[in-house]
Amino acid sequence: MRFIINGQSVERALDARTSLLDLLRDHLHLTGTKKGCNQGACGACTVLVEGERINACLALAVQYQERPITTIEGLGEEVALHPLQRAFIEHDGFQCGYCTPGQICSAVGMMAEAGRGVPSAVTADLDGDSVDLTHDELRERMSGNLCRCGAHNGIIEAIQAAMAPAPAQAAPVKEDAR
Amino acid sequence: MNPFDYARAADPAEAVRLAGARPNTKFLGGGTNLVDLMRETIETPDSLVDVTGLSRRIEVLADGGILIGAAARNTAVAADPAVRKRFPMLARAILAGASAQIRNMATVGGNIMQRTRCCYFYDDAARCNKRVPGAGCDAVGGFNRMHAILGASPACVATHPSDLCVALAALDAVVHVEGPTGGRTLRFIDFHRLPGDRPDIETALAADELITAVELPPLSAAARSTYRKVRDRSSYAFALVSVAAALDVAADGTVGTVRLALGGVAHKPWRAAKAEAALHGAPATEASFRAAAEAELMDAVGLPGNAFKIELAKRTIVATLAGLVRGERS
Repeated sequence: MRFIINGQSVERALDARTSLLDLLRDHLHLTGTKKGCNQGACGACTVLVEGERINACLALAVQYQERPITTIEGLGEEVALHPLQRAFIEHDGFQCGYCTPGQICSAVGMMAEAGRGVPSAVTADLDGDSVDLTHDELRERMSGNLCRCGAHNGIIEAIQAAMAPAPAQAAPVKEDAR
Repeated sequence: MNPFDYARAADPAEAVRLAGARPNTKFLGGGTNLVDLMRETIETPDSLVDVTGLSRRIEVLADGGILIGAAARNTAVAADPAVRKRFPMLARAILAGASAQIRNMATVGGNIMQRTRCCYFYDDAARCNKRVPGAGCDAVGGFNRMHAILGASPACVATHPSDLCVALAALDAVVHVEGPTGGRTLRFIDFHRLPGDRPDIETALAADELITAVELPPLSAAARSTYRKVRDRSSYAFALVSVAAALDVAADGTVGTVRLALGGVAHKPWRAAKAEAALHGAPATEASFRAAAEAELMDAVGLPGNAFKIELAKRTIVATLAGLVRGERS
């Protein structure tokens, strides 16, 4: 089976039972994507397929051959953080960090959905073709990602900050905060 | 998870042929329910036929209805401009269900075929007539907050978990299916079964038949329609009670067209025909809505953990219809 992960083509012989999550973690050693509940309830395994967020734990890898998949490793690196990664650090968007890769992949997919005008359960006007990502909209749209440390308020702040127009000079990243 | 063979179908005929070639085959959509059930060994198919490559087209028909390919993703249906304008209750029902990640994976066909979330069905140490016919039911005397108040049987008090299906029941949707001898259509309200003494048989679909599309007939009243879901947390939870409603009020203030269906209350999406009959021609007032709700829930039976849902269902019906009269989009 051939997969396209973070722009790289990889081939693996897999049992049809292998989930996309186990392919990433156990076969490709991309351990940024986390296994939380393994039943679609927590969102820790969120990855992007053709830019859309999904739960890798409920996905059979065999169904995702030849489709561009992006994991947290494909979004940013330690020397070149993704704007959301920087914002999560600056706004205390995590404590233990276990849910963070899923939160960030989910937020990337969420912003793309909103950009395409996809409504949510709290969108008042279904006829509108643009979405105003208010605090309530963000909370609803991120409800598929649980944080058991309770950093949800920081997560929402981080996403709001990452969405804001870039300042003329980027603030320095605080790397010693924790 | 038990081992299985995997094949991908290019069209409905190939899917049906592949499924017919081996016993104990299941069709695979997004996998959000089936993969989970296979991991718990509640479902143990010998082979899977992937049908996500089949039609996902959302097409406005000449009569004003909409035809939705069974492989359409939930997100795509909820975001479709024609669905949002003509059938807002359907968009709202989908958006009230699951999480964004799951809605991106889940297909319309798979949503219709999903199994109950009764915790005793999932627990193979518990007795469950749906899983093992004749074994008994641990939900009746157990944790039954999420269970049925309408149409249940001594054998099974499980509920159908879908939100999307509640809207399809209200909208008189038609299910298009393909089988070894050709295609046929079923009325959506006849698609799912009440449990009776065979809760393991959940639909009118034969094992070798495949859902290919869902058709929404035109309904002008659906332009003013909505879906209201009451649950234990405000997002990403199954319904305690939900209401899909469309309402058309005549110039003299009486109810014209009304469509009403309930979720979270029965083994199947529950079309509230008694309430609709009570409402036809009645003044569009809260008193009429309450009387209609009383008529619908007259035969409801509560269990120790869920009797509160009878009054909750009545109040949610009244609030949803009253909101539509006020022009709210709840």
